[in-house]
Amino acid sequence: MSNKLLSVKNLEKYFHDKTSETKALDDITFDLYEQEFISIVGPSGCGKSTILSILSYLEDPSNGEFKYSKDITIGYMLQDDSLFEWRTILDNCLIGLEINNNLNKETKAYVINLLKTYGLGDFINKYPSSLSGGMRQRVALIRTLAINPDILLLDEPMSKLDYQSRLAISDDIYKIIKKEGKTAIMVTHDISEAISMSDKVIVISKRPGKVKNIYNIKLSDKSTPINNRKSKDFNKYFDMIWRDLDVHL
Amino acid sequence: MYTYSLEHKNYLKKLKKEKRIVIFFQIIIVFLFLISWQILSDMNIINNFLSSSPTKVFNTIIDLFKDGSLFKHISVTLYEVIISFIISVIISLIISTILWLKPIISKIIDPYLTVLNSLPKVALGPLIIIWVGASTNSIIFMSLLISTFITIINIYTSFLNTDKSYITLLRSLGASNKQIFFKVILPSNYYNIINALKINISMNLIGVIMGELLVSKKGLGYLIMYGSQTFNINLVLTSVVILAIISYLMYFIIDKIEAKKRLK
Repeated sequence: MSNKLLSVKNLEKYFHDKTSETKALDDITFDLYEQEFISIVGPSGCGKSTILSILSYLEDPSNGEFKYSKDITIGYMLQDDSLFEWRTILDNCLIGLEINNNLNKETKAYVINLLKTYGLGDFINKYPSSLSGGMRQRVALIRTLAINPDILLLDEPMSKLDYQSRLAISDDIYKIIKKEGKTAIMVTHDISEAISMSDKVIVISKRPGKVKNIYNIKLSDKSTPINNRKSKDFNKYFDMIWRDLDVHL
Repeated sequence: MYTYSLEHKNYLKKLKKEKRIVIFFQIIIVFLFLISWQILSDMNIINNFLSSSPTKVFNTIIDLFKDGSLFKHISVTLYEVIISFIISVIISLIISTILWLKPIISKIIDPYLTVLNSLPKVALGPLIIIWVGASTNSIIFMSLLISTFITIINIYTSFLNTDKSYITLLRSLGASNKQIFFKVILPSNYYNIINALKINISMNLIGVIMGELLVSKKGLGYLIMYGSQTFNINLVLTSVVILAIISYLMYFIIDKIEAKKRLK
């Protein structure tokens, strides 16, 4: 963990509609270092996804600021895989390069290579409808990686999948991100997923979302996400975060 | 090549059989209709002067074919339909795009669009003749009035209903409105646009016939008008039969274009 890539300071966000004004985010402050994997957990509706929208310039913060340490490329991965059904898998992955006018022989070869490396080589010319939910999500990740982003913003990327696929894909995504040496912020409501994948977990309170705690996850026998779930420190973190979230039904 | 299991072969056989049954009965219905029409008319159970008969219609078609006026009238009507179809598609696509780009314009003109769409355009017929003149132009103008508003509404609505996550994805990549339009809005609405065009072309046919009834010297609408004024029921029904065939063929062609794309 070397250079600071992003610093977020006192971020606030209000949402407006005809009858009211809602404070969604309050005083969000944290730092992100290169090659770090941060998770943001919180109850639904706490504004955690809004943090990613702001960091990817889709929305402006009401107050506060955030700063990237250099001119960076952002890869934003959504809850829906949003694959274009009328494009082949390869063409889906090339969309970012097309938008940025960066599509050439080299970048195309890079994307094809990514697809082959991560087990989608046979599907390059197939259409999304022929893939399972887990594989579609993997394609969505490769589409995000295709523009060679410095930072990945993952917005509950696995939440639409069944439990088994989730475990498998979180392992997959983790390995791919680590292997490609990427920095990532993932939003999730799944505490186990957050602990098993991250270096750091930021716990956000109920609306208006505030940073309640930041945990540096130090598992004594850290390996892949699935194995991390068996670590003896895992439950300790789980209990602490559970208490922070203060869930009442 | 593929080798199918016995069960799959049986499944395919069943599908084929079903299709054959459907076509068989579709043809039977036409035959029963024509035969009973013919018999009822021959036996004078229905007045054969007022309701004509299939053989009379057939003979009328032959007569029209012989004096060369059959294709003249069909081609005039088709020409008017195709011209107004092309113009209304271009106008609708351009206006839908503008409305999508500028939601504020769409909000402003929304009530006008609704009123113009639901107004019975035939009420404007006499005005159109006075303004545009008793010519082909006024027929095309009538056809445009009838088809364009509904097509604008259909295409614009489908643009609005485009999956939001597609658009968020492209925005996060820094896409411009132009890129979003050509990479997402148009391709994701391909089938919706085709469907709007199907409605559009049948509206064009309605508009053209309506225009021809009001003002013309040529075309199938003129034949209907002429036939009814001279009490030539054979001619009226013949024109209606030809119209039915034309409208089916037009629908069939657009459907084939759609299916061709689907196969790709």
